[in-house]
Amino acid sequence: MTAYSLATTSGLFYSTWAQAQWLKESFKAVTYDEILKHLFPDAEFIDSRKIKFSRLPRTAENGAVVPIKITSSLKNIEKISILVENNPHPLIAEFFLSPVVEPSVSARIKMAESSDVIAIIEAEGKFYRHSKYVKVTVGGCGG
Amino acid sequence: MSSIKIRTKHLNGQTQIRTLITHPMENGRNRDKQNQLIPAHYIQELWIEHNQSKIINCNMAGSISKNPYFDFLLNGGNSGDEITISWVDNLGFTDTNKTIIK
Repeated sequence: MTAYSLATTSGLFYSTWAQAQWLKESFKAVTYDEILKHLFPDAEFIDSRKIKFSRLPRTAENGAVVPIKITSSLKNIEKISILVENNPHPLIAEFFLSPVVEPSVSARIKMAESSDVIAIIEAEGKFYRHSKYVKVTVGGCGG
Repeated sequence: MSSIKIRTKHLNGQTQIRTLITHPMENGRNRDKQNQLIPAHYIQELWIEHNQSKIINCNMAGSISKNPYFDFLLNGGNSGDEITISWVDNLGFTDTNKTIIK
C-alpha cells in the first residue's frame, strides 16, 4: 500500500484551499449536532461493540489531560474520529489510517466538563459509533 | 533539540510507535495572569511515515492536551526501518524527526 493510493481513497491530504477551509470549519466552535451534520452528512450510525475504549477513565480528575485509547476489531478502517459532546469544540481529532496500521490509537484529550466521549469509525462506507460517559471533576482549560 | 520524541518497540510481530511532542496546544480560550486571552497555538496536522510512505495522518485542534502524546500500532515493521514524524501548527511552524526501528 503506497501513500499515493491511500491519498486517493480517503482524501488524506488537505492540500487544496477548499479542503483547508473545510478542515477549519470542522474544528470550529459549534454544537455537537451541527458538527455531526457537517462531518457526516446523511450518515447512519451503527452502535458497535467492536469499538473499545481502554484507558478512558469513568471519572477524570483533571479535564486538561484525559487519556483515551481506541481499539477496534473492525476491518478496513479508513478514519477514526474522536468527539466530546459538551466541549466548546466538539471535534477533538481525526486519524486517517493506512491498512498497514492496526486500529489502535491513543491520545490525551481535554474535556471542559462531564460529557459523553464518542468515537466514530468509518469502515467500508459505514459509520460505527461507540460512546462512554466521563465525569470530570476539575474542568480543563475551556475545552 | 527536536520537539518530537519517538520510541518504537516490537510487540508480537507488530511495532508500537509512541511519540511525545513538546507543544503548548493553546486553544485560544485561556487567559493569562493579566486576564488577556492567550492566542490559539495548536498543532493542526501530524503525519507519520514508514520508509517514506505515509501511514498515518491526523488532524487535530486545541482540544488535544498540552505536550501531546500518541501511540499507534504498525503491522510488521522490521529492524532498520525508518519512522518519520512531522507536524505543522496553526501559526505555520513545523518540525520533523526520524528514528530507526531497533
